[in-house]
Formats: sequence, C-alpha cells, structure tokens
Amino acid sequence: MAQERIFSDYPQKTARGNRLVVLPFGTSLEIAFKSIKVRFFRVLITTLSLVLAVSFLSFVDVSNDIANGMLASGDPDLRQSLVRAGYDLGPQDVNVASTPKQRWIIILSLLVCVVGIVNAQLMAVTERFREIGTMKCLGALDRFVLRLFLLEAGMQGMVGAACGAIAGTLFALAGALARFGAEAVQQVGLTDLAVSFAWATATGVVLSLLGVLYPAWVAARMQPVEAMRVEQ
Amino acid sequence: MPETSNVVRVSGVTKSFTLGKIEVQALKGVDLEIARGEYLSIMGPSGSGKSTLFNMIGGLDKPSSGKVFIDEVDIAQLDAYELAWLRCRKIGYIFQTFNIIQVMTALENVTLPMVFAGMNSDATVKKGLRLLEQVGLADRHSHKPFELSGGQQQRVAIARALANDPAIILADEPTGNLDLTTGEEIISLLKRLSQEHRVTVISATHDIKMLNVSDRVVWIRDGRIDKIENREELSISIGKIRVRD
Ligand SMILES: Nc1ncnc2c1ncn2[C@@H]1O[C@H](COP(=O)(O)OP(=O)(O)OP(=O)(O)O)[C@@H](O)[C@H]1O
Ligand SMILES: [Mg+2]
Repeated sequence: MAQERIFSDYPQKTARGNRLVVLPFGTSLEIAFKSIKVRFFRVLITTLSLVLAVSFLSFVDVSNDIANGMLASGDPDLRQSLVRAGYDLGPQDVNVASTPKQRWIIILSLLVCVVGIVNAQLMAVTERFREIGTMKCLGALDRFVLRLFLLEAGMQGMVGAACGAIAGTLFALAGALARFGAEAVQQVGLTDLAVSFAWATATGVVLSLLGVLYPAWVAARMQPVEAMRVEQ
Repeated sequence: MPETSNVVRVSGVTKSFTLGKIEVQALKGVDLEIARGEYLSIMGPSGSGKSTLFNMIGGLDKPSSGKVFIDEVDIAQLDAYELAWLRCRKIGYIFQTFNIIQVMTALENVTLPMVFAGMNSDATVKKGLRLLEQVGLADRHSHKPFELSGGQQQRVAIARALANDPAIILADEPTGNLDLTTGEEIISLLKRLSQEHRVTVISATHDIKMLNVSDRVVWIRDGRIDKIENREELSISIGKIRVRD
C-alpha cells in the first residue's frame, strides 16, 4: 500500500471560510460549561465582585422604582413619608431619579468591579497556560480560545449578575418595607421592577465580558511553545 | 508520488534565543531527513537542543534560519489555519509532562482533537473508547487525570496523539517523568502502535531503553548533529554507554 501524501486530503477551497473546521457552538458551550464547573470555587470568587456591584446597582434602581410607585399612587401620606425619609422632592416633582452622588458611586463600584475581573481573569489565564497551549497543539485556533473565554465569562456574568440583581431587589424591597410599610411597597410597578432587573443583569454581563476581553486576547495570542515551556 | 520522499526534512535549521543581551544558539545548523514509517530517536545531553528541534519539526516554533519541510511542504509558508490543520490532523504530540487537560476526563481528552477536526460526537466517543482500549485503559475512560498515575496519563496522551490518525508522532521525552518499568511499557506501547498505525515516530529522549526500538538514532550535541546511527550499528555504542555508566 502506497502511503498517502500528508497534504493530499487538505481541503482545497479558495475561500478561507470553507477550509475552517467550524466547531459547533454547542460544543464550545459544553467545554466552557465544564470548565466553569470544575473551577467552581475560583469562578465564585471572580464573580463575587460582580455580584456585589450589580446588587448595589439594582438596589438603587429598585429603591427609586418603589419611590416612584409611591409618588404615582397620588397618596399624600406616602409622599410625605418619602420627604421625611430624605427624598428631595419639590412640590411639582412626579418622579424621583438617582442623584448625581448615587450615580457617581454606582459608576465607581462598577469600575472597581471590572478591574477586579480583569485581575482575576489574567490570573486564570496564567494558570491555564498549559491547558491553552495543549489545546493549540491539538489544533485549536486562536478564535476558539477567544470564544472559550468569552463564553465562560458570559455565563459567569449572566448567573452572577442575575444573582446580584435578585439580591439587590430583595434588599430594596425589604428596606422599603421597614421604612414605609407594606402599603407603600405594594405601589411599585411590576414592569419597573422587571426593567430594573433586566438592566442590572445586562450591565453585569457586559461588565463581565469587558473584563475578560484583554485576558482572553492574551490567551488566544499565546504561542503553543510558550505554554509547553512553563513549568508546572 | 515518489515512494522515497521524506516525511520530514530539516534543512540548515538554526535557532537562537536572546536572553536579555546574551544570545544563546540552541541549534547551530541541523540537516536531517526522516523517512516514512521510521522510528527515530533524538538523543543527547540536557540542553543540547532536542526540545528546540522537536518544536521546529512540530511547527510549534519557527527557526531563526533554515527550513523544515513536512511532506516536502515548507511549514514556514503555512498560514495559521493550515498550521492548525497540520497540528490537528497530521501530527500527534506527546510531552514529558503528559499535558493531559486536567478538567477533562480521559475520554474527553482523547476525543478533543477529533472535536477540533469536526467529527460528530458519536463517532468521537466510539473511536475514543477504541483508542483507550488499545492503550489498555478501557475501564478508565471516565476518570479525571488526577485519578490516574503518570504512566496511565501518558497512555491517555498516546491515545490522544493517535486520535486523528496522524502521519507523525512527536514525543519529547515521553518517559522522562516515569519510572523504569513504566517507561519501558510506554516505549513498547509506542513501538507497537507505531507499527499498527503505520506512523512515523520522532522522539527526543535521553532514555537508553528507547534505543532498542529505534530504527535510527540521531545523536545531537551542543546544537549540532554529532552522528546518526542505524539500528545495526547501535548495539556497539549502547555497549560503550553501559560500560561508561
Ligand atoms: N525559550 C528559550 N529561551 C532561551 N533559551 C532557550 C529557550 N529554549 C531553549 N533555550 C536554550 O536552548 C538550549 C537547548 O534547549 P533544549 O530545551 O532544546 O534542550 P534539551 O536538549 O531539550 O534539554 P533537556 O534534555 O534538558 O530537555 C539550552 O541552552 C536552553 O537554555
Ligand atoms: Mg527537552
């Protein structure tokens, strides 16, 4: 039997896209999911700062939702209790918005959170040098490594941010219950709550992706031989 | 197609690394031709440039000058996709440190190259199990690497290297982290599989046991090829080494 030439079965397509092995999205997702599962504790710590920042964001948002609900009810007692609670309401105001100070603190906390994620993810990349290098030796393309990290961060962000948003919402509701009573809390619009939740979760996912962008790029650009050199 | 063509041809390859201001020349001009189906060992003292040469042949690193041809194709001319394709389909790597992916089971490790090659998952599992059986780990397929001994991990690595029926297996000190008997088992396994699967095996080593199974041994010293010996000439030098030890 004559041996085959090595490049004889190389896919001869002119368009670059056709030559690529397109790894099914589901497979990437599965690998990313497993990766998270195995490193659960580490992922938990990476995500914790995100949970805190998002829960703060959602706390502020939902508190405002509740205040708006109380104002919208038109009940002068509720309006009065808001003013007593320190809301700066003019006689004509029909809604409350977050104060510049609140916004400033939120932005700051989100910023700190992103820096924390970048830091943790860079460490994760260093830890996984050997794994990434091995995958590249087995034929993984840069874009697969990039996609793996983005998927992991996306999933982490989704779960972490949702948890944070739920926690923030619950805290805000409990706080309002203690301060204004059950009647006040009942005035809150459910759509407002849903919008706040979605907004906080989306912000969290975006932050998580933002934080992993640079580390993922570092991982993807790594040469396989570098990974082999790193001592265990 | 010419039957005599070499599967690997290394031509005038040099490689230098710059460490700060000092330039280290790891390879000082290596010429080497490796025939199809050959079992070739690269021997030499530590720091002689074995791993560096190994990385050049495997397309994991680029020479400073000179060329490496795989099947008469200059691999410096390949783009990222072609290189990934070559690594995935045509070359199987085995490392001293096993490099089994820690978060995956034995079976998942073996099937990963097939996944990268675009095989569907039923086929990968079937083939993965068959390969694990060939390396004697059929009952360990769902174990994680930390539940396996060094020798078992290296078996997984061998199964993984064979996943896409490569033409070349590159092994950098495959027995370097194993004890004597386990090392011997791994060597005979590699030899057997290389014959069954008709692959070319290129292995860097300083393990004398490797010589018994090699068709040819390349002795490398200080970045240069010292001598190349065929199997017939070997017993003499092995004798000498044994005496020296
Ligand atoms: N990335 C690098 N940067 C700088 N110098 C390097 C690098 N890789 C290898 N070298 C140098 O090149 C020379 C050859 O190294 P190589 O790893 O190829 O040796 P080796 O024969 O594989 O040794 P061993 O048997 O210990 O694995 C050594 O002097 C080493 O210091
Ligand atoms: Mg070496």
